[in-house]
Amino acid sequence: MAGELFTYTLRLGDSALILAQRLAEWTGHAPILEEDMALANLGLDLLGQARSFLTYAGEIEGKGRGEDDLAFHRDAWEFRNVTLAELPNGDFAQTMARHLLFAGWYELVLQGLTRSTDERLAAIAEKGVKEMAYHWRHAAEWTIRLGDGTEESHRRMQAGLEAVWGHMPELFAADAVDEAMLAAGIGADLAAIRPIWDARVDAVLAEATLGRPQGRVRSNGKQGVHSEYLGHILAEMQFLQRAYPGMEW
Amino acid sequence: MSAASAMASLDEARVWRVLAEVGDPELPFLSVIDLGIVRGVSLAERTVTITPTYSGCPATAVIGLSIAGKLAANGLDFRVDTRLSPAWTTDWITPEGREKLRAHGIAPPPRASADRHALFPEPLAVACPRCGSLDTERLSAFGATACKAMHRCRSCSEPFEAFKCL
Repeated sequence: MAGELFTYTLRLGDSALILAQRLAEWTGHAPILEEDMALANLGLDLLGQARSFLTYAGEIEGKGRGEDDLAFHRDAWEFRNVTLAELPNGDFAQTMARHLLFAGWYELVLQGLTRSTDERLAAIAEKGVKEMAYHWRHAAEWTIRLGDGTEESHRRMQAGLEAVWGHMPELFAADAVDEAMLAAGIGADLAAIRPIWDARVDAVLAEATLGRPQGRVRSNGKQGVHSEYLGHILAEMQFLQRAYPGMEW
Repeated sequence: MSAASAMASLDEARVWRVLAEVGDPELPFLSVIDLGIVRGVSLAERTVTITPTYSGCPATAVIGLSIAGKLAANGLDFRVDTRLSPAWTTDWITPEGREKLRAHGIAPPPRASADRHALFPEPLAVACPRCGSLDTERLSAFGATACKAMHRCRSCSEPFEAFKCL
């Protein structure tokens, strides 16, 4: 049970951490100043949630690993984030498409976790779910604005959705860890979340005059099988601790 | 006064008085009491418990250090603990805190955020902290810090920051 709780908590933290790192890549490069700040803020929220989850994961494991050890001293195959989180930013539309899918899901997962019998997970989720409400709205607003915008913005938004959509099924694919955590009253019910997610995303796509993509790719980041992109993210994110192990400010 | 005698004359009111002098690093005119993030003081445990505003707010660590430092400077040896639940809400900002925000050109958050369904759709218009007009618009949901958004007043044309409802 402790092993499953560790993996479950690690997955929550890794997904938030890796997407935070991706969003941070936009700093100084966003199309407008307001979005530069927005994307950095979205990343900061996720980083904060990641820290809480990873700190707890380290405590569950009981081997003395803290949040920094888990973030900086693991290699790609030890990460348990959903693959969607590690996909490249692409253009602004693709980043918003990725965030629409992710925030729409993560908010519902955290909402489910507020009722977890694990008090610590419930507390972290209670904090994060309020932040994710802003994430969802931001991504939904941009999806609608770009989708129902000019011919070019519509084309880009649709292309952004197509680029990330195939990694969506992984968000809802419950494996033995998810099932054990659900049975224990700890984890979120992915099957119950799915129709809610479908309805909210479909409503946004309809208003945005966008089509719902159909593609699906093999993606098993939750089991530690990642795309080629994760290694590149870690190379940058972990550089300092790899070059100077144990370095502190 | 020595640390030992200070401890002897320790009373909770004194701790709270010191806390009222600890400001938020991003909003220094606002004390941790105004912000509503102090969840409790335990004389027995010698702890001050605070709750973060946002999960990723970098100010939280600085605030913890400031509190411990300021108390230590007053001969009060306390540890600072962080508690996540119940989650902080902007409803916990005190009336004094809301007035200070307004006086510093930052619109205080709309009320009743505890019910998160009240967050969306956009609650009642945010009043301009300069002229008081309700004819304002949101420019960006995200601002210079995690807790603020960018707005503009259509009456006096001034842009202003607004504390986000959380």
